[in-house]
Amino acid sequence: MQIHIKYFASVREALGRSSESWETQQTTLVGLRKELQERGEPWQTALGSEQPLRAALNQAMVHGDADLKDGDEVAYFPPVTGG
Amino acid sequence: MQTNIRIQTQDFDVSTELASLRAGERRAGAVCCFVGTVREMGTGQAVLGMELEHYPGMTERAIADMAKLASERFEVLGATVIHRIGPLLPEDQIVLVAVTSPHRRDAFQACEFLMDYLKTQAPFWKKEATASGSQWVDARESDDEALQRWGVQARNAS
Repeated sequence: MQIHIKYFASVREALGRSSESWETQQTTLVGLRKELQERGEPWQTALGSEQPLRAALNQAMVHGDADLKDGDEVAYFPPVTGG
Repeated sequence: MQTNIRIQTQDFDVSTELASLRAGERRAGAVCCFVGTVREMGTGQAVLGMELEHYPGMTERAIADMAKLASERFEVLGATVIHRIGPLLPEDQIVLVAVTSPHRRDAFQACEFLMDYLKTQAPFWKKEATASGSQWVDARESDDEALQRWGVQARNAS
């Protein structure tokens, strides 16, 4: 299935891209992140557990895991700092 | 509750926004507003400017969610939330949260709740420029704690 992935702020800069479409068999958010990291650098570090990383699924913040379905929008970014 | 949510690069005029928020609302006996501005971060280095990034779509959704939560907790008649994005300079206005209510207590509390929520739940990111380069601002645990005072888990900085 196809997942639309967006990257913001420091994660976007580390990866040198703001979005991509990704074909995957992974059915969970945790599985997807692991698969993206396994592409090697810069994903390995940018999506690694060394730095605080937040995720959203279909534009809602997710803490922990969630199920994925075809066409979902996933986003990775650092903790937010607005206001 | 009437809500006006705007994400924009241009500046805003507080008087104009408050007049617009209050217009035609005769039940309102209290207006409370908060304006966040670009400041020195106390790192010893002058902040030359700032760049604000956000997640279009999710931002508006997060702010609409927080306005709904505020209206469930407090007696709020109307709310305006404006957040600027793009390049900003020292002393510039960044964010406006304004609410109307029949009474001051609800107005004060709703305004503070909305800001505490926005700080840790709305997808904005600040990048500061100083003479030695630009860097992303770190999230603060004290902002998580501010939201937790309202009984809402922030889970942003930590």
